[in-house]
Amino acid sequence: MTTKPRLEREVIAMRVARELPDGAYVNLGIGIPTLVSNYVPEGRVVIYHSESGVLNCGPLAEEGEEDIDLINAGGQFLKKAPGMSFFHSADAFGMIRGGHIDVAVLGALQVSEQGDLANWMLPSRGIGNIGGAMDLAAGAKRIIVAMEHTDRDGKSKVVRRCTYPLTGRRCVDLVVTDLAVLKVTPAGLELREVAPGWTPAEVQAQTEATLVIPRDVPEIAL
Amino acid sequence: MISLKPVYSSADQAVADIFEGATIMVAGFARPGVPQELVKALIRKGVGKLTVIANAAHGTREDLADAGRLVAAGLVRKVITSFPAPTRASVEGYPEKLYRQGKLEVETVPQGTLSERIRAGGIGLGGFWVRTGVGTVFEEGKEKRLFNGQEHILERPLRADFALLRARVADALGNLVYDKAQRNFNPTMAMAAAVTIVEVDEVVEPGGLDSESIATPGIFIDRIVKAQSG
Repeated sequence: MTTKPRLEREVIAMRVARELPDGAYVNLGIGIPTLVSNYVPEGRVVIYHSESGVLNCGPLAEEGEEDIDLINAGGQFLKKAPGMSFFHSADAFGMIRGGHIDVAVLGALQVSEQGDLANWMLPSRGIGNIGGAMDLAAGAKRIIVAMEHTDRDGKSKVVRRCTYPLTGRRCVDLVVTDLAVLKVTPAGLELREVAPGWTPAEVQAQTEATLVIPRDVPEIAL
Repeated sequence: MISLKPVYSSADQAVADIFEGATIMVAGFARPGVPQELVKALIRKGVGKLTVIANAAHGTREDLADAGRLVAAGLVRKVITSFPAPTRASVEGYPEKLYRQGKLEVETVPQGTLSERIRAGGIGLGGFWVRTGVGTVFEEGKEKRLFNGQEHILERPLRADFALLRARVADALGNLVYDKAQRNFNPTMAMAAAVTIVEVDEVVEPGGLDSESIATPGIFIDRIVKAQSG
């Protein structure tokens, strides 16, 4: 097993942040996706949506300044921001299913060659939290997955077919991991970028799915 | 003639007629919008075999009297929820524990489908067609149909005998104003139960609220309880 350094979670988030267009309505999942808001390139305005019923979520509240009634979907306290609006859950999900969310960034347990997403249940646990992930998979215009390439046991999370219960079929557009940037295409998962110091062959060796590898694969640039 | 809603000073009195086997909706998303005093009163009452409909139901936050604490208290027979487990995988929630022991039925529902099923129950719809869940375990046993070339599944409405709600302020007509992210499941659950009981920080005279700010009109509210704490 290769022991070359992999990208930090923050660097994965930085790479994802480059994908967010100016003016986009964006929903960020829990984990690495939450970090993305810290790295949006200067000059771009991104409007964050939260399933908790808040649009235009600002930064997190400072310690001691928390308002118990102002949280994001991860339960973190938000700072009150100008232009913020509040709405109930059915409207929050109307925004998602109605195609009003431009990009959703989600974590994953597995992503398949076809862009299938599994991120809500470990079968060993018997019970899983579905939350808003399935609605986002069905309704957001673009799904970007931000995750580690392999799990704790070193098993590839980029798979031929998902073995965990699915969140959505053929819903993922781009996968950013600590080893690579992968684009879901009709021909399969295309290796677009590799982590610095990694070769395409080394990334393939860490990946269960068979990657489509173009002639030139640049290193991830930030 | 304007009808005023009864204002209770005691949460225990407001939940006194909740019966064994009742279906109860409990509002809230994490802490905002959770009717903690009503939940505590229901736990004190100790009535069992409840069916509980709520966003989260893991019950592992002892500082939060939410729907999950009813499960933890052993009062629930079935839970319909989108978060049956704590977000930390290393912690086991009460639904998991009781489900394994065969003491609890757990119906997990995608969050948007949960809120829309509650809304459908409240507004008199027989169901709705939705793409969420297509191609997953959630389509099993459900009718399917193509709209605009895309597969949809039929989801059915949810209704309850009682809804327990939380808002910031009510007037005596039952009109409600919420505080920031407190709305979440409150406005839709308010529409979907035979008896709705809301706990508020403040009760004002009819006409004491800005009509433009009212998010739940009084027609949906049956009982008001003045909360003793925030």
